[in-house]
Amino acid sequence: MGSFTLNHVLYLLQGAAWTVVLTALAFLLGGVAGFGVMVLRTSRSRIVRRASLLWVQAIQGTPLLILLFVVYFGLGVVGIELPPLLAAAVSLMVYSSAFLGEIWRGCVEAVPRTQTEAAECLALSRWQVLFDVVLPQAARIAVPPTVGFFVQVLKNTSLASVVGFVELTRASQVINNSLFQPFLVFGLAGCLYFALCYPLSRWSRRLERKLNVGRRQPA
Amino acid sequence: MSAVVSLRDVHKRFGQVEVLRGVTLDIAAGEVVAVIGRSGSGKSTALRCINRLEVIQSGTIEVCGHAVHDPALDLRVLRQDVGMVFQSYNLFPHLTVAENITLAPRRVKRTPRAEARSLAEEALARVGLSDKIDAYPEQLSGGQQQRVAIARSLAMHPKVMLFDEVTSALDPHLTGEVLKVMEGLARGGMTMIVVTHEMGFARRVADRVIFMHTGLVWETGPGQMLAAPQTPELKDFLAADL
Ligand SMILES: Nc1ncnc2c1ncn2[C@@H]1O[C@H](COP(=O)(O)OP(=O)(O)OP(=O)(O)O)[C@@H](O)[C@H]1O
Ligand SMILES: [Mg+2]
Repeated sequence: MGSFTLNHVLYLLQGAAWTVVLTALAFLLGGVAGFGVMVLRTSRSRIVRRASLLWVQAIQGTPLLILLFVVYFGLGVVGIELPPLLAAAVSLMVYSSAFLGEIWRGCVEAVPRTQTEAAECLALSRWQVLFDVVLPQAARIAVPPTVGFFVQVLKNTSLASVVGFVELTRASQVINNSLFQPFLVFGLAGCLYFALCYPLSRWSRRLERKLNVGRRQPA
Repeated sequence: MSAVVSLRDVHKRFGQVEVLRGVTLDIAAGEVVAVIGRSGSGKSTALRCINRLEVIQSGTIEVCGHAVHDPALDLRVLRQDVGMVFQSYNLFPHLTVAENITLAPRRVKRTPRAEARSLAEEALARVGLSDKIDAYPEQLSGGQQQRVAIARSLAMHPKVMLFDEVTSALDPHLTGEVLKVMEGLARGGMTMIVVTHEMGFARRVADRVIFMHTGLVWETGPGQMLAAPQTPELKDFLAADL
């Protein structure tokens, strides 16, 4: 049994950095995919809406860990070898696409239908209506739940440790295996997760409050 | 007769309920038509069918040469010719008055920014709100918001304008300013279909009044017909209105 040194701290911090990288990747990829899901879920075609709902329900009903196994081991079997970071990022993209798609669909549908009608009556195309009229109004209410969701994603990146990606959780496991000081090591890891999540949670709650207060009544 | 808007035996159902039961109607260029009738008689629905916010089940609708009943019609072409103003104004709350007005000209007609701005100034002058060009909708009174909504529609230079109870959400003292703007448009030769509860407006400004009842054009005539209703239904309606 060795003693806990500065090198261990640095190793943990490095793991935390990879956790942040993975979360950022999930945000970018998941955001793009989630936007796509939102567009499909609000499509005028019933078949498209149904098909995308199926996707959402399938993903929402599957543990993230299973998604990770499918992407990492499953694709490996058919000859597509993804490095652990990429496998984790793709899994999180798939996972986030379903949840973000539904969160954003709710926000888009919260914009009154009359806004869309007014815009359509001005001869705007479907995409112009979406980008110029609906999304700016939906975005205001979408920020708090989106930030809230990414607090969850940040914590869920710990699952990427099972495919051997050395993020914060895996890093603390590695250290603990050599030092066997679980309270100290995992306690520290927990504190680092908290330090990353807490500001996000605070920010999300503040945005939510501001939104509720800031909703002025029309004159 | 050169009809700008022409409905032939239009039927519209919502599920089992037949809301329009064979509406036939011609409106000439420059004509101002007031549509009156009880709640639920199909006035709004008829208006919404004219720019295809609602799809009809049978009959034909021609507007400015566009076959509105034709599923292949490009709605954006139709809607450049038809302006619509709603009871609830429906201004875009995240955009200034100027941006509300210039959005469609810039996006749809690719009008350059500076030119669009003068378009907005011109439209606002017509509704008497030049000083509000950079305000946000929530900073305006209901009457002012409705006048901006009219200006927004005008900026696309529509050939026909549809008004659906545009003063119903307003306090009586704000109703007048909106009606005055509409009267100005009418005098300027705009073709207008105005669903309204303002009998004074119907009598004074409209070239023709259409009384709708149970999804049909029940009685139609010049403004004076309100003084001498032919059908008992119109008589009842006018009596209830007083
Ligand atoms: N989207 C819809 N789905 C189902 N029924 C509808 C829909 N829109 C209107 N209706 C029904 O159609 C009938 C006519 O409605 P419409 O809005 O055209 O009446 P209106 O003459 O404009 O009445 P009001 O004076 O109250 O505005 C009503 O019975 C209404 O309930
Ligand atoms: Mg109505």
